[in-house]
Amino acid sequence: MACFLVPGVEAVITTTVTKIIENKEKKQEAVQLEKGVSLGELHKEKLSRKLNRLNYLLWGGSGLLAFEHLWHGEIQPFFPFLTGAENPAEMFGEMSTVGVGMAVVVTGAWALVTFATDRILKREESGLKREAK
Amino acid sequence: MTLLITLIAAVCVTVIWYSNERARKLKVGALCYMFWGASLMWMVDAVAEYIELRADYFTPSGADMLNDSFLGLSVIALALVVWILIVLVKDPENVIQKSLKQNS
Repeated sequence: MACFLVPGVEAVITTTVTKIIENKEKKQEAVQLEKGVSLGELHKEKLSRKLNRLNYLLWGGSGLLAFEHLWHGEIQPFFPFLTGAENPAEMFGEMSTVGVGMAVVVTGAWALVTFATDRILKREESGLKREAK
Repeated sequence: MTLLITLIAAVCVTVIWYSNERARKLKVGALCYMFWGASLMWMVDAVAEYIELRADYFTPSGADMLNDSFLGLSVIALALVVWILIVLVKDPENVIQKSLKQNS
């Protein structure tokens, strides 16, 4: 019905947050470059890069789901654009269950991937330190 | 069926991305994100449908299966079109840039 709107809205929010964080990181990077960068900092993955992964998952997923809704005739080219809007209670019910579930599962999967990539980078960093010794 | 086709596409694309340097250069990662994002979302949709239909979920009609398969393949085609647009716009190997310079 309109479940794809929930991850879509999350994508808009996370993309905006990513842009703000990206700008902050650029400023911080300039300051760090003046002070000198440590080996650990050099290998550290930026938060904006991690968030970009979530953005791609959310935009890609909700985009393909929007296509599925178009396929099933649930999106129309005129107001209110969604056939589900004829029954708002049912539409919002689906959004709050399936839609929120989708957003939570994608965000959870991203959190797991982020945890794994952090571990991989730490493993690489400790290997480099061991080699240096 | 749509979930199954998208999930298989996600796994195949991820294997290609992991094992091939050139594929990584050609932004195959974008396809991974699209297919994995959609697969996870359809998985939630499938669970919700299973809760509603129980065992009937696994015995769809032939017409439904055909329609869903056709949708799955169309989803893959759409994702590939989006990916090719990304490649053409980003031009990671400067192919377009070089050909434009040659022509001018």
